[in-house]
Amino acid sequence: MSEAGTTKKFLYVNRRAPYGTIYAWESLEVVLIGAAFEQDVSLLFMDDGVYQLVKGMDTKGIGMKNFTPTYAALGDYEVNKIYVDRDALAERGLSLDDLQHLVWEDENEDWAEKDSIHLVGRDEIGNLLEEQDVIFNF
Amino acid sequence: MLHIINKSPFTTTSLDSCLRVAKAGSTILLIEDGVYGALGGTAVSDRVQAAAATHTVCVLAPDVAARGLGDKVLDGIELVDYDGFVDLVAANNGVQSWL
Repeated sequence: MSEAGTTKKFLYVNRRAPYGTIYAWESLEVVLIGAAFEQDVSLLFMDDGVYQLVKGMDTKGIGMKNFTPTYAALGDYEVNKIYVDRDALAERGLSLDDLQHLVWEDENEDWAEKDSIHLVGRDEIGNLLEEQDVIFNF
Repeated sequence: MLHIINKSPFTTTSLDSCLRVAKAGSTILLIEDGVYGALGGTAVSDRVQAAAATHTVCVLAPDVAARGLGDKVLDGIELVDYDGFVDLVAANNGVQSWL
């Protein structure tokens, strides 16, 4: 970001479950900060990271903040490429229906609402990693 | 004896190590990220279900609710709250925490 106007491809790789460690929340904080710099941002959720997107969390009983409603705001920050490892979901008995329905509005199509989450397999994940300029791991 | 597991079965071998050596009749309590081991339809569900036939397997309900997975806990696993956690510690001779 040293050159004004330079856009790079940023990928945030999320591989840890929420609450047991602080990684998931910290990643989301960094994504939101990075969004302010108008880079080409993608998020990848694999391994236990897929648990971050599960809907219906209620953290009252553990005395911690439920930070996951913030994922729904990512679309407003033009963070709308959210990739989820299909195999990681299956291994954990989860499906797309268990996750938050994250959307964004496409200004080029009269603000049509579109899905942000894309299920991907190993080949697509491999390609995703290779095409990035910068990769952050959490 | 009370065995406590607080790590996801998909990131460490804590659950497998515990299940390998825990004596029949002992109690296994899943807490924090360990609660992911208590859910149906996963790659470890069969092993945990089998253990529940010979051990008392419990899961800490507030940790399950926090993760949004309360409706997926396996049959045969007992949901306990923090008071129940304390009761388990008091009722058992010795605690092994599989960190």
